[in-house]
Amino acid sequence: MNNGRKYVIQGVFIVIGIVYLVRLFYLQVVADNYKAQADDNAIRRVIVYPHRGQILDRNGKLMVINESVYDISVIPKKVQIKDTLDFCRVMGVDKPYFDSVMTVAKTYSKLKPSTFLRQLSVEEFARIQDRLIDFPGFFYTARTVRKYPHKTLANALGYIAEISPAKLKDQNYYRQGDYVGINGLEAFYEEQLRGQRGVRYVMVNKNGVEKGPFKGGAFDTAAVAGENLVSTIDIDLQQYADSLMNNKIGSVVALEPSTGEILTMVSAPSYDPNVLVGRLFAKNYTELQRSKYLPMYNRPVQAVYRPGSIFKLVQSLVALQEGVITPESQFGCVPYPMKCHSHPRGHNDLHNAVQWSCNPYFYNVYRRIIYARSTGNNWRDSPKGLMAWNKHVKSFGFGTRLDVDLPSVKRGFIPDTAIYNRSYGRLRWQFSNFYSVSIGEGELNVVPIQMANLAAIMANRGHYYTPHLVKAVGKSGKPLPQYLERHQTSVDTSYFRYVVDGMESAVAHGTVWGRARIPDIVMCGKTGTSQNRKGEKDHSVFICFAPKDNPKIALAVYVENAGFGGLAAAPIASLLAEKYLKKTITDKRRLLLEKDFKLRDYMPKPKVDTAKKEPRPVLARLVVPPAKSRLLSPDTAKPTARVTGY
Amino acid sequence: MYSSEFRPGQDLRPGKLDWVTVLLYAACVAAGWVNIYAAVYDPEAHPSMLDLTINSGKQLVWIGSALVLITLIMVVDFKFFEAFAYIFYVIILVALVGVMFLARDVNGAKAWFEIGGARIQPSEFAKFITALTLAKYLSDTTVRFDELRTQLICAAIIAVPALIILKQNDTGSAMVFGAFILVLYREGLTPWVLILGVSAAIILVLALVVTPLYLYIAIAVIALLAFLQLRRKTLRNILWVVGLAALVAIMVYGVGFFMNNVLQAHQRNRILVLVDPTIDQKQVGYQVLQSKIAIGSGGFWGKGFLSGTQTRFDFVPEQETDFIFCTIGEEHGWMGGLVVIGLLVGLLCRIVYLAERQRDRFSRVYGYSVACILFVHFAINIGMTIGLVPVIGIPLPFFSYGGSSLWSFTILLWVFLKLDSHRVEVLSRV
Ligand SMILES: [Zn+2]
Repeated sequence: MNNGRKYVIQGVFIVIGIVYLVRLFYLQVVADNYKAQADDNAIRRVIVYPHRGQILDRNGKLMVINESVYDISVIPKKVQIKDTLDFCRVMGVDKPYFDSVMTVAKTYSKLKPSTFLRQLSVEEFARIQDRLIDFPGFFYTARTVRKYPHKTLANALGYIAEISPAKLKDQNYYRQGDYVGINGLEAFYEEQLRGQRGVRYVMVNKNGVEKGPFKGGAFDTAAVAGENLVSTIDIDLQQYADSLMNNKIGSVVALEPSTGEILTMVSAPSYDPNVLVGRLFAKNYTELQRSKYLPMYNRPVQAVYRPGSIFKLVQSLVALQEGVITPESQFGCVPYPMKCHSHPRGHNDLHNAVQWSCNPYFYNVYRRIIYARSTGNNWRDSPKGLMAWNKHVKSFGFGTRLDVDLPSVKRGFIPDTAIYNRSYGRLRWQFSNFYSVSIGEGELNVVPIQMANLAAIMANRGHYYTPHLVKAVGKSGKPLPQYLERHQTSVDTSYFRYVVDGMESAVAHGTVWGRARIPDIVMCGKTGTSQNRKGEKDHSVFICFAPKDNPKIALAVYVENAGFGGLAAAPIASLLAEKYLKKTITDKRRLLLEKDFKLRDYMPKPKVDTAKKEPRPVLARLVVPPAKSRLLSPDTAKPTARVTGY
Repeated sequence: MYSSEFRPGQDLRPGKLDWVTVLLYAACVAAGWVNIYAAVYDPEAHPSMLDLTINSGKQLVWIGSALVLITLIMVVDFKFFEAFAYIFYVIILVALVGVMFLARDVNGAKAWFEIGGARIQPSEFAKFITALTLAKYLSDTTVRFDELRTQLICAAIIAVPALIILKQNDTGSAMVFGAFILVLYREGLTPWVLILGVSAAIILVLALVVTPLYLYIAIAVIALLAFLQLRRKTLRNILWVVGLAALVAIMVYGVGFFMNNVLQAHQRNRILVLVDPTIDQKQVGYQVLQSKIAIGSGGFWGKGFLSGTQTRFDFVPEQETDFIFCTIGEEHGWMGGLVVIGLLVGLLCRIVYLAERQRDRFSRVYGYSVACILFVHFAINIGMTIGLVPVIGIPLPFFSYGGSSLWSFTILLWVFLKLDSHRVEVLSRV
């Protein structure tokens, strides 16, 4: 009885199928309004760029801020331009620019947006905005760019730029056209600064006119602003240091010894960071890169120098720790194999030697360190002594990369057995082959920030916190955890006082020029004169801290080609210390000194004709004549026979 | 034990799978997978089809596990399903009740057990087990379908799980149980049930589309015409006409009352948007309109694989699950729709054909249940994407993304294929 019903049921299946196909045919083929609606139904993904975190100085002054700019983007497939010339006029571009950008955009993608014009200022954009609606396929996105109100600290702050194709690979976050920190703090703290990008979906019709948020904004994600950074920099001191380093090549690093916070970091010559913002980026960047002045070279962490006599401090401390000398140990100032300079030679103990930077004294000190565990065989004893010494020195942060919150920090070099084995062969070298290390010459290489760190270690009498530029990341209010970690040197605190006393005397009545003394503040310092190639002036070095008790500031000043340390670097350091401790400098003689050093020119004098050919960049006040490319590899400068030190 | 009866055209080799069905199944699953990839494809990320972090990759895992299920079904004894039908039925009822107490609330429906990371949805398996139970009950040779008692027991077997599922707020799954009315029709249920049901549906739609006042006038006019047409104006005939007119009028009134007083707002909207898709732009109306736009913009040949602009930007919510047909319609056009509907209708007719060649009532009833359950899913799912049926969230068999639904449809179909492959081993009891 039910046999017919199978056909009824199959019939129902087939009828429904046919009804649906007819309906589909109506929807898809007959009715054409759905195609039009679909065209009208484009949604556009609008990236909402978060505010990049701003950077403040230690006193809350803004050092890096954001400024609104507008990018014009184009989706090539949707472009309908009737009058190209009119369009170019509105946009303020010429026809060749239009043609080349459109070609690039089409090559990239016909459907995806490419940037047509970058970083229009608010005023520039206002002129275009009203007409934009007449040009389908073009639309704008607002974003912000960086501004550096104080025009300083370029290398430490770094800059942001469009992400490179190489970086774009192997990551998921960034997209083409995104800006990322390339150098300095901008790069180091990129993840904290960038925030979280938001996305807005807007419905647009085929002319690109917005028709409101897609699904009431259900899919939108809000942009999360990046975190602000509070820097350790004291912007007033920084700018003061800039002014003192005018017309000089070198570095200034000032630290707060109790925390390792970097108060000031000058790399001279430098540039105005604002030149790497906006549409002139490419042009200015190329110019900076090509410049013989090396303005983008961050000397405080990248330049490696021989430390000169400041290294005698380390030698003293290691010797005391190793027990090879006592503070009372005396060595005669005999000018062999090292010469000395005139100083009181009567009672030549450690204090006197530090005060007057006596070369023969430290020759003997270092000799004792190397042969501390003498077996009578110099060939075998030297490597052992060298490695024991090397370990002590490294505990001062030398020869290791200080974990400063900047990219590409150099490590410097402390001689070890490997280097001499390479030069002379195993067991074929002894103290006499490298004795110049005793006064900070020879194979030693240190970075200015390590010198400043040494000053901080002296101020702290034996420990340091890794120097860093950011004291508070975002709402945490704290620096990165590694900067709260105390590093102890391998020299006992009790030995420091003898050396510190010597440093005090060096400033009060020693190698330091009298005008570099600060009235009523006890400063402890050590001069250095780093040898240079024959025919060029030596580099002037000075490290110090002040006041002697409960020190607030530790400094390292390195001025290339400025000669004797006590004469050039020490006055600059003393002015900075006084400025920082007293806020103002009132003493008449000190003000004269300040004026003097702002004007002093220690730039190496280039050959006359090349100097005229080199265009002086108008980029920034701070850009000054050439530093030699050898700065990049100072170890190419071989030690000369003229071994002296101050 | 083998029957000596031989009917022409019957393949009597034991253990042979119906390869036509197997191929139709494979084609549906493969086409579903490709379209899931298209639905989730993000041109900016351009992930691989096999990427396990996106749903197309996960679906491949589900497909793999479905193959394991098929293997299991193939190795167990074919009598297993019949023998354990009632036990399964009790277990599933317990699970359905239990899920209401133990499950977390997901999208307003308490329907999932979470075991480990997997979601087990008892209602997906309730259809399969109800089909087994109904088949087992009707296969009893002492049961006569024309008795009222039999019909009531059948109704109870179907209604109990359906009502529990309805209580879980899973209206879609509960409606699928309506499929069994077609099965019972095949087994001898009076066609009036179907005719009345269809008439009621037509009146319901009319009541929604046309202003009630006009409907009342129309009913009165038709009743008057019918009265005038009556040959013998006996009291009995007059009462029939008046009574029917009154019944229809009450239904019209009832629909209005039901819509405004019984249904919740979101349910009402799902029905109302069928009539006017521009209302309720934020939710269901939006979804139906976008679905129609996506499909409608596909044209005859479609926009091409991964080229659907509507699909790309997720205009249609739930595009890889319940609204997978949008992707097919947009990217492959009317031809794509023809292929998918052809595949599914072909599969349904093939299952009916296979069910009819069964020699025992158990396999036949079960086979019809499979066909009708798949049919209801197919009809509701595609119907809602093209705006002919209210938006009821149930998946398109074998196409939609999701492990639970793929598993349950696979089990449903393959148990029948298993039974079919052993059909010559059972004595005819029809
Ligand atoms: Zn001396």
